[in-house]
Amino acid sequence: MEPLDPLGLVSLYLLLSGYLYTDLSHPTKEGGKENSTISNAETRFVCVYFILVSYEVYLFFLFRPLQNFFLIIGRRPAGWMAAVGDLQFEEFGNAAATAAENPGATTISIEGPGESPAHQAGLPRGSGGEEDDELLGNDDSDKTELLAGQKKSSPFWTFEYYQTFFDVDTYQVFDRIKGSLLPIPGKNFVRLYIRSNPDLYGPFWICATLVFAIAISGNLSNFLIHLGEKTYHYVPEFRKVSIAATIIYAYAWLVPLALWGFLMWRNSKVMNIVSYSFLEIVCVYGYSLFIYIPTAVLWIIPQKAVRWILVMIALGVSGSVLAMTFWPAVREDNRRIALATIVTIVLLHTLLSVGCLAYFFDAPEMDHLPTATAAPNQTVAAAKAR
Amino acid sequence: MAKAAESSGEPGTTSPRPLFAGLSDISISQDIPVEGEITIPMRSHIREFDSSTLNESVQNTIMRDLKAVGKKFMHVLYPRKSNTLLRDWDLWGPLILCVTLALMLQRSSVDSEKDGGPQFAEVFVIVWFGAVTITLNSKLLGGNISFFQSLCVLGYCILPLTVAMLVCRLVLLAEQGPINFMVRLFVVIVMFTWSIVASTAFLADSQPPNRKALAIYPVFLFYFVISWMILTFTPQ
Repeated sequence: MEPLDPLGLVSLYLLLSGYLYTDLSHPTKEGGKENSTISNAETRFVCVYFILVSYEVYLFFLFRPLQNFFLIIGRRPAGWMAAVGDLQFEEFGNAAATAAENPGATTISIEGPGESPAHQAGLPRGSGGEEDDELLGNDDSDKTELLAGQKKSSPFWTFEYYQTFFDVDTYQVFDRIKGSLLPIPGKNFVRLYIRSNPDLYGPFWICATLVFAIAISGNLSNFLIHLGEKTYHYVPEFRKVSIAATIIYAYAWLVPLALWGFLMWRNSKVMNIVSYSFLEIVCVYGYSLFIYIPTAVLWIIPQKAVRWILVMIALGVSGSVLAMTFWPAVREDNRRIALATIVTIVLLHTLLSVGCLAYFFDAPEMDHLPTATAAPNQTVAAAKAR
Repeated sequence: MAKAAESSGEPGTTSPRPLFAGLSDISISQDIPVEGEITIPMRSHIREFDSSTLNESVQNTIMRDLKAVGKKFMHVLYPRKSNTLLRDWDLWGPLILCVTLALMLQRSSVDSEKDGGPQFAEVFVIVWFGAVTITLNSKLLGGNISFFQSLCVLGYCILPLTVAMLVCRLVLLAEQGPINFMVRLFVVIVMFTWSIVASTAFLADSQPPNRKALAIYPVFLFYFVISWMILTFTPQ
């Protein structure tokens, strides 16, 4: 795989320079002939570029991590992926190396009835992670493997499969919310609270509440800010609900997906001790958004300083929960990549909160300046004094 | 039959022979006819029900359905723990209520600015998809209520909020101001609480006891959003 990489890079460079050459020799004019020539060159460039980029993406991102994808998916919900699991043991260099290092390694694999016995006796699938967990003295790993295998054993087209994701009691949900509000240094949210019982109840309903909290608070805050103005006509701004829903659900599902893909990819290069399943990452992200619900309600207060202090507090709490969760997963990796991962996670979180504040909540002081006449000034003073 | 009883009774009273040992000796003579009547109590009721709904007048059919819907409205307005809403569920009431609410809440066509109140379709979608989501949630948490029963209950419990909408519409005909807003706020809060109490009375029993709060919270959110839409409704 590695020797092909310079080939891709060189081809891309040649194509790019070819495109630039075409562009330079036929500069843009208003004539139709030049436009058609450039569009031909552009079309050619785009087609070849697309093919090459897809090839690169396939090499780098799909080939190895796709194997790991099937591996991880096949480990937990064992029903439908059992058939695909037959494919996954063909090329797995890391597992073979680990098997060579630890010939006496035993693994426990709990799978559905579709698994063939040859595979259970065969390669120690993912045994590196389990053994390292045991070496660390983490007793949860064996139990969690057993529990995970026993719980999610229905095929994915039955209702019971999805019921396993809602297998939480009221006190468990409250505990998880409490854990997301009080990040204790050194305690991992996933290990402490989720314990391989990731639920979808928390992420889904916290996101739903957050959507409505942001939309309603934004509406209320704008109403209070513009209260005295004569030209202001109150509108419920219902469209913002759908925009808020898109933003928040996209963040809560796509960012965990990207992060999980990235962690799987790094796992194939560096054997990490801690690895999370996709649902656990979704769970952490969902519960870490809980702090924004009271923050959104408090953002109604039309003071810039108050709002930014609230942003800092919320970012501090949820950012630290996320950072402390994912630091053990990237710790063994290259130092710079680990730091870059954590910084990216916190940066995306910052982007979400600042973006929501900027879009849904009007700035409090700026709107008063253009309408500086006698009557609104008095109402402004009254509103500020409130 | 009497012969069989006697011959099987005798071994028990006279000597310790195994039970039913004498059954092999029994013969039922051919010339005792076996005849009788099997009556199932419900059957005659069903038979006349089936044939009569085809022949009855349209007014009868409609009045029967309307009476069923009206009875359920009464059950919502005076919530007691009863099974009527759950047992004979129907979706007529929720449809009527949802359409009424959406018609009254929709943005008027004169005011066509982008950011206004919800459109008819938005209210409709929120009500029905909200109800479906809550039903799925309660079923996934392990509740033993059927899908349409839960939809029926959630739909019927919008009735207090529809009444609140009507009252708000009437109050908005008077002059605008903070008193107007206070009256509307009070009415909406009261009706919101009524909806929650009514739906909890019907839905709470079907949930496992350690997950009741998890199943009731989405209902609270659902009615809160509808109340917010009613409260922020501005005419013109």
